[in-house]
Amino acid sequence: MEILVCVKRVPDSAENEIEVKPGGADIKRDDLVYSVNEWDNYAVEEAIQIVDRVGGSVTVATIGNEDSEEVVRREMAMGAQNGLMLVDAAFEGSDGRGIATVLKAAVQKGNYDLVLTGAQADDGAAQVGGMLAAMLDWPYASLVNMIEVQDKKLRIGREIEGGNQEINEILLPCVLSIQTGINEPRYVGIRGIRKVASVEIPVMNASALGVDAAAVGQAGARVKRLDYFVPPAGAGAEMLEGSTDEIAAKLIELLKAKGGLK
Amino acid sequence: MQPALISPAHATFLGLPAKVLFMLIPLVGIGVFAYIMKHRVAPLLQAAPDPRFSRYPERIRAVLQVWLAQWRHPRYLLAGVLHIIVFFGFLTLAARSTQLVILGFVDGFTLPGFGGGFGHVYNVLKDYAGTAVFVSAVFLAIRRTAFKPERYEVPERYGKDHTPEAVFVLGLICTLLVSESLFDASLVAAQAAQGQPTHLLSPLTLGWFFRHLLAGASQPALQGLHLAAYTIHDLTFFFFLCFLPMGKHFHVITSIFNVFFMRLDAGTVKPVRHGVDESKLDELKSFGVKKFEDFTWKHMLDFYSCADCGRCSDRCPANRVKRPLSPRFISIKARDWCFQRYPLWGRKPAESAVLIGGIYSENEIWSCTTCGACEQECPLGIEYIDKMVDLRRGMVDEGMVPQSLQKPLSALEKRGNPWGKMEKKRADWVAGVGDGCRVKLFEKGETAETLYFVDSITSYDDRMQKIAQATARILCAAGVDFGVLGKDEKDSGHEVRRFGEEMLFQALKEHNTESIQAAEVKRIVTADPHAYNALKKDYSHLPPVQHISELIVEAVGSGRLKLQAGNGDSKTYVYHDACYLGRHNGLYDPPRRAIDDIPGLRRVEMVNDCRDRSFCCGGGGLMLFYEPEEEMRMGVVRVKMARKAGADAIVTACPFCLVNIEDAIKVAGLEGKMEAVDLSELIDRHIQR
Repeated sequence: MEILVCVKRVPDSAENEIEVKPGGADIKRDDLVYSVNEWDNYAVEEAIQIVDRVGGSVTVATIGNEDSEEVVRREMAMGAQNGLMLVDAAFEGSDGRGIATVLKAAVQKGNYDLVLTGAQADDGAAQVGGMLAAMLDWPYASLVNMIEVQDKKLRIGREIEGGNQEINEILLPCVLSIQTGINEPRYVGIRGIRKVASVEIPVMNASALGVDAAAVGQAGARVKRLDYFVPPAGAGAEMLEGSTDEIAAKLIELLKAKGGLK
Repeated sequence: MQPALISPAHATFLGLPAKVLFMLIPLVGIGVFAYIMKHRVAPLLQAAPDPRFSRYPERIRAVLQVWLAQWRHPRYLLAGVLHIIVFFGFLTLAARSTQLVILGFVDGFTLPGFGGGFGHVYNVLKDYAGTAVFVSAVFLAIRRTAFKPERYEVPERYGKDHTPEAVFVLGLICTLLVSESLFDASLVAAQAAQGQPTHLLSPLTLGWFFRHLLAGASQPALQGLHLAAYTIHDLTFFFFLCFLPMGKHFHVITSIFNVFFMRLDAGTVKPVRHGVDESKLDELKSFGVKKFEDFTWKHMLDFYSCADCGRCSDRCPANRVKRPLSPRFISIKARDWCFQRYPLWGRKPAESAVLIGGIYSENEIWSCTTCGACEQECPLGIEYIDKMVDLRRGMVDEGMVPQSLQKPLSALEKRGNPWGKMEKKRADWVAGVGDGCRVKLFEKGETAETLYFVDSITSYDDRMQKIAQATARILCAAGVDFGVLGKDEKDSGHEVRRFGEEMLFQALKEHNTESIQAAEVKRIVTADPHAYNALKKDYSHLPPVQHISELIVEAVGSGRLKLQAGNGDSKTYVYHDACYLGRHNGLYDPPRRAIDDIPGLRRVEMVNDCRDRSFCCGGGGLMLFYEPEEEMRMGVVRVKMARKAGADAIVTACPFCLVNIEDAIKVAGLEGKMEAVDLSELIDRHIQR
């Protein structure tokens, strides 16, 4: 099975203290560290496990700039055979539809049976997987937490709100967005990345992909971010401040006062 | 004068000279033994290199102390003393057994030097030695079968009980001793019956008893017994020799070698592969131990040498709290695996299977805190920490790292600390030191004589920052000119290395080494034993490293630091030895002396669980993130030990110990009844300012 996994480089929410820039259009990016979007990591692990079982190959693709190469290499160090960088100044500032347009072109340049995306990105809107499927006219399932390969179709599990589970059959080729917890992604250290450091990663730009530069990027975006801020505490909300111990003590006090703790 | 009985060398058997048989038994015995040993040595020749042919004076010292003087045995008093009797008995009887074997075909043989006066003394000695071994063996057999000490139990997942093998071998030993004594006693009884001069059998020895028992026996009976005893001794002796390499009694042969080649340094970790420089690690195709042949030959010798005594697992904190780890079975499972893969006859299984998922599980290998209690206890010098680290290196290389550890490892790679906190906030704790004590920052271009290496937990954790602040105030009070690296300091990587992530450790080490060297200090001080051990044992080309307890003792001794009595503090304190201060670095006394330097402070000891028998609090560094399968926290066990010792305050000298002990006090429901305090905090409270 030929699998394409779409990954994204994001500021790691666990390892950063995200602060909004004055003006509100973006976050402060000076001290940020980046990593591969957590959901995407599960998608790559799942793709590798599928290929281990039924054969084929895994390609990891990302849209970004040269900095994004590190996440592609990291995923290749996990065991993905191929990388693919989709880089063009014209892609910058794309909305979800723009990203899906670029990815659709990349999918059509290859010969894939299955496309996986993360269910969402740390800094995203959980929209690309669905749009990509629609543009390709492929079937789509979101929040997938189990995949079994059958002949020309997949048996998949989906996580339903409230902890319920749903099982579906889906015809190949298809697009799936992967939920965390579907597997336990393997560890990749410095050594693993160095091992794939010299592997050539093909780069494709808008013209190589046959994408109309005006339809993507800032120019083609039909959704624009207007503001970005930490919401003010509303009525009834109280921000507890102090050291961890002090916060815990205050919380216990509050819970006791409101009858939540006896 | 005609001998009282026909000797083995002159006897006939089925019309043939028995000499032939008595020559054949040793020849076949030694032949079979050589064949077995050849197969036992084979895997060692396939093993990873391990340069231990060095430091001979220290190795000879180890043999004299640990092997010959049985130094570690009395730590388990009853079993230890019995073993010492059997050990010295065997050493003494070795000469007699050799003589007996040769007597079968050389009549009247005595070993060179064993004639005359020494021979007489030796004969008395060996009679008593043999008798003592016999009594001990009987006692040991009763102890194993009737009293069944808990540490010999074999949990179901590890296979069958080992008692039958143990009792069988004790039976062999008794057979040897009884047959040897009967051989002597039957001759003496015959000599006495014929009025010939007899050689004296020492009173109350086995031979002496048998001689009296045989007093009325007929000449043919004595003759038959004499030769039968000889034959049984000969057969048993060579059967025993060939049986030794089949299991736990292999240690009778391997122990002297195992002790000679034992680990001589504590706290260190073996390189990924001996003979491969750190700068060339990238060229290695594989890291760590994945299959049996990836172990070094010494580690394989360890497996052969395990005597199944169970002391390692008895002292292992992971085993105590029922984590899925028992060091004893790390050895025994590997030995069984090796015997199966290198069979004495038939072909060796073709493909080399992996150990993790085979004989070991991932959780088993992650369960070790590298506290070193097992290695401290092993009477044979078997090592475990390097094996754990090597197995982890193999798992890391294959991506087998639990999710709970992947996040902190990723954060360490990106931010230099396991929480992913901002580098620029590493010295934020300095703001809380208070007036009258200024902490210099090398990152701001300041200079100082001493570097205080804080390390991650003490830099970032709200509670542990108090240790940093107290340490800074002690340094100020003692008049030390010091500074900290701030954002230029990264995690020492002590646990990163011990959790098998060698390349990340190398990166952290490189960064810190550069930062420390750039600070141009004369010495390094730290209040974190893990950082202390890393800087001392894992790093190189650094100024001397001191733990804060050593500095306190020095400063109090020279009068630069003055301590005053506590204000009506009626608490009873107990000091908990941190593994990486005590066992791995021998710093047992400085923290105790520092505490005792506080006038009027009452301190007790956890008598059987202190110093090199300290019980790990649960482990430091990455172990804080690991989610083990366990029935109880190690810290809770430790807090209960402290309570039993009559203490209501535990003094730690390690931030990880403090985290674990403070948590354990809460879990044990002893809040308000038990307090945990770091040594630096305790001293800081008592500085006379």
